[in-house]
Amino acid sequence: MDHTPRLIFAMVKAGMRDAVLKSNTPWYCVSCYYCMTRCPQEIHITDIMYTLKRMSIEAGIYDKHVKDAPEFSETFIDYVKKYGRSFEVGLATRYHLSHHPMNMMGMAPMGMGMLRKGRMNLALTRKPIKGLDQLNKILAKAEELGGIP
Amino acid sequence: MRYGYYPGCSLEKNAIAYHQSALAAIQPFDVELVEIDDWNCCGATEYIAINLLGAYSLVARNLALAAQQADSWGVQNGKHQVVAPCSACYLNLGKAETYLGETPQLLEKVNIALAEGGLNYTPGSLMVRHLLDIVVNDIGYENIASKVIKPLKGLRIAPYYGCLIVRPGFQVSFDDTEHPTTLDKLMRTLGATVVDFPMKANCCGGHMTQISKPVAMDMIYRLLKNAADYNADAIVTLCPMCQLNLDAYQGDVNKMFNTNLNIPVLYFTQLMGLAFGVPPEKLGLGKEFVDARPALAKIGVEIPEEPAKKKRPSKEELPMPQMPQEG
Repeated sequence: MDHTPRLIFAMVKAGMRDAVLKSNTPWYCVSCYYCMTRCPQEIHITDIMYTLKRMSIEAGIYDKHVKDAPEFSETFIDYVKKYGRSFEVGLATRYHLSHHPMNMMGMAPMGMGMLRKGRMNLALTRKPIKGLDQLNKILAKAEELGGIP
Repeated sequence: MRYGYYPGCSLEKNAIAYHQSALAAIQPFDVELVEIDDWNCCGATEYIAINLLGAYSLVARNLALAAQQADSWGVQNGKHQVVAPCSACYLNLGKAETYLGETPQLLEKVNIALAEGGLNYTPGSLMVRHLLDIVVNDIGYENIASKVIKPLKGLRIAPYYGCLIVRPGFQVSFDDTEHPTTLDKLMRTLGATVVDFPMKANCCGGHMTQISKPVAMDMIYRLLKNAADYNADAIVTLCPMCQLNLDAYQGDVNKMFNTNLNIPVLYFTQLMGLAFGVPPEKLGLGKEFVDARPALAKIGVEIPEEPAKKKRPSKEELPMPQMPQEG
């Protein structure tokens, strides 16, 4: 981790914009909200970590070691836009084929386990929700209105 | 009472055992789950990392659909109740309901987006609750105890809450944010022995398995080891993400840390079902990666073997014919 959370917040307060957005620290946030319930100043730390992620994607200056994170998020949301719901088979294959092709063999036993246990379908598509057009109109407008507060 | 039910994407397939066992666990009680028609994904922890307004509008479509369909649902404390069994869905729905109610600028923009789909949302009429909350508070421990016919005697359980069910409590805080006890008490009500599990409210790593294997494996390892240190027969969970991470990656953890951890990870609803005498095959048991049979044998539960697969063709092939040998 490039900076501890306290340090990254001090850097935000000091206006060190580029250094903050290049830091890999926000990408370690797993969104468990421990910080938010403990912070004596009641700062919404988790939300700020998400904001820093969005800002660094927008600015295009996130650390190259964390590039998997935004790309995983984008692949996840692409499938939500395609079907209305998440699609694990597509996510597992498309994301890993493009990002960790050498690990695909290592993933295979788990994929087979998921299939064998009836926890995954071997289908290349899934049924979309009825209101998929409605959903996409909503999301297109939302994204047009802006992503960062 | 009738509750709106938001199952979430995981419960459709990967965590179908949770869905099946949830229905079986509430069956003896006056709880009816009415699935919200045509719900969409909650965005998990992904959309909010890319686009703020997109993320809130995605959730707002669910809230708007829920509010439209809520007429036939029961009302508690002046609000229609929406139940989410997945901790991430529970957080996202409750968080959006709270922030949309508190932040007029956000609500205004979200409603501009919703209008493109012919929808509109006014926060305030919905209360988003986790399934565990409904079980322990609306059904209640006494009611549950009265239905226990096969107590889980001798089964040592590590009660795993994970993060989002107890933190930060946007709309509902029904348990302590760091030292929760409701699941402990539920397990004791079912007759199980609850082991000390200091890491019970720590995060399973969520999406880290997809982003950084070393980070994910370490987080999962710590949880499994903690449960093993207290001799738990099983970890019980209330979230499909936690179940997947602790169960499906246990083999990888063993390889990475040269350990021999072997702890089944079950849903609390599966244990409720067993205690109520529901046959294991109706509770999705057998779908876990780490075999739960040895642990459940301790309480006299036998999970039927999977039906025999189609016979593979014999490996014995036709031998090459030989000319008869001259005597």
